[in-house]
Amino acid sequence: MSSMSYALRDSMTMLRRNLKHAQRYPGLTLSIVGTPIVLLLLFNYVFGSALAAGISGTPTGGGSYIDYLAPGIILMTATAGALVTAVGVCTDKTEGIVNRFRTMAISRASFLTGHVVGSVIQTLVSIALVVGVALLMGFRPSATFLEWIAIAGVLTLLTLALTWLAAGIGLVARSPESASNIPLPLQFLPFLGSAIVPTDSMPAGLRWFAEYQPFTPIIETLRGLLMGTPIGDSAAIALAWCVGLTFAGYLWARSVFAHGATG
Amino acid sequence: MASSSATTLKPAISAAGLSKSYGDKVVLDGIDLRIPEGSIFALLGPNGAGKTTTVNILSTLIPADAGQAHVAGHDVAREGDAVRAAIGVTGQFSAVDNLLTAEENLLLMADLNHLPRREGRRRTADLLGRFDLTESARKPVVTFSGGMRRKLDLAMTLVGDPRIIFLDEPTTGLDPRSRRIMWEIIRSLVADGVTIFLTTQYLEEADQLADRIAVLDHGKLVAEGTAEELKRRIPGGHIRLRFADVSTLESAAALFGSVTSDRDELTLNIPSDGGVPALRSVLDVLDGASIEAEALTVHTPDLDDVFLTLTGHPRSGDDAPAQKESIR
Repeated sequence: MSSMSYALRDSMTMLRRNLKHAQRYPGLTLSIVGTPIVLLLLFNYVFGSALAAGISGTPTGGGSYIDYLAPGIILMTATAGALVTAVGVCTDKTEGIVNRFRTMAISRASFLTGHVVGSVIQTLVSIALVVGVALLMGFRPSATFLEWIAIAGVLTLLTLALTWLAAGIGLVARSPESASNIPLPLQFLPFLGSAIVPTDSMPAGLRWFAEYQPFTPIIETLRGLLMGTPIGDSAAIALAWCVGLTFAGYLWARSVFAHGATG
Repeated sequence: MASSSATTLKPAISAAGLSKSYGDKVVLDGIDLRIPEGSIFALLGPNGAGKTTTVNILSTLIPADAGQAHVAGHDVAREGDAVRAAIGVTGQFSAVDNLLTAEENLLLMADLNHLPRREGRRRTADLLGRFDLTESARKPVVTFSGGMRRKLDLAMTLVGDPRIIFLDEPTTGLDPRSRRIMWEIIRSLVADGVTIFLTTQYLEEADQLADRIAVLDHGKLVAEGTAEELKRRIPGGHIRLRFADVSTLESAAALFGSVTSDRDELTLNIPSDGGVPALRSVLDVLDGASIEAEALTVHTPDLDDVFLTLTGHPRSGDDAPAQKESIR
């Protein structure tokens, strides 16, 4: 077998291992779904009517606040998935099994690839669940079949970017606890964008940050695809952020793994 | 366990001038090694001596700052993949997947060694039986005791049938019974012609298992040889005799040349390597003079004696690197 097919085979082995973990210990996976669902319930039913009144001038593409809120919360599911990757990679590192893999004649990228692909699958399943809950709560997207494909593409790309970044974080973190804390700012970032309320409603300094941070164009792209609100150049910017972050995260994680931070 | 002259020509592991520093702290200071195929080699030293660093360099986990090393005929720096294909490593902290069962851990190793499915299952069943883990095969490893975990760790290393095995402190922290079991397993491995590189803090362990022992202290090899050769260089061993009263003690002390006697304890210490001939000659001398000893104990040199003799300073513990740093 060629080294390429060994790389594929090793990555599949690692992926099976991670999916087995997820299946046997679903706690962490459930926590990916739990947080966005709680946020969805909280913002829609507790703050919903007040927020809806405040942003009545903004086109939501639908009749109610949930139509504005759901795309933002769907994106937050992807950030929660990153946390699971960071914790999983760091746990493997502190338990010494990473060093075992590093002394074996296996494809060097396969350990990380297995983690990342496993997390992307888990996160996409979680996103599907969150979309389902939103639909039950009255979310009525207007997306066509092709737009749904595009939505799946954007979310996969975003998850891939965040997951590679998280894999690197998991390798440099000293303990699984700190690995779960480092990505927290990532989870807060959508709040400082257009996830919950439009950036127009924010004070000037914050608005400037909100408009230029990576999550806002991604949220606006998702919202446009789901609800038919204007997308403009958000799609191109979102794509650039996702692809750029994926490459940066991948190269960083690979180099940390190869050069050892064996902790 | 002695290797034939044909195999000694090609060492399984060789190193010249291996060095490694972290910042201004020198961990390895020019190590030379030559380990013949099919033998057990023990690297003996206290915590912080550089044992794990040596294993990490030879197993391609970290690069050396200077020097060369060949494992299974391949350069560890340039031919990492070829080295990794020939070796198995069981580190100081058991590298097992806690969330999987013992069987799944072994099957994972079989997959990563690219074994055909059936062969992987066969070796897994075989190793579970050999390491007495069959009954626990389907239990999650997280429930395992330290001894079972170490056994599984070593079994995982063996799935790939490595020709050279690194064992970094394989019995540290194990109870005496698990330690004996581990020793049995390690001995059985060499019978198949495997080369073993072992690190340990215990002279007894090196003595029990190794063909050759090297003593590592502060990143330097301070002695190398067989267990017998090392012990001969160490004067810490003695035979202690206890007598019924002071007069017997004194007449016995007069029979032996350079001895230390303790009049309160009524004991006599006679320097000795603790071997049977030495013991017999002591008893013969006592018999010849019709003196009877109440009790006899043999004290063999321990690691503390080895260190005191070879390095001129007592064995230092975990705090050694910190002390060394503060001196600079």
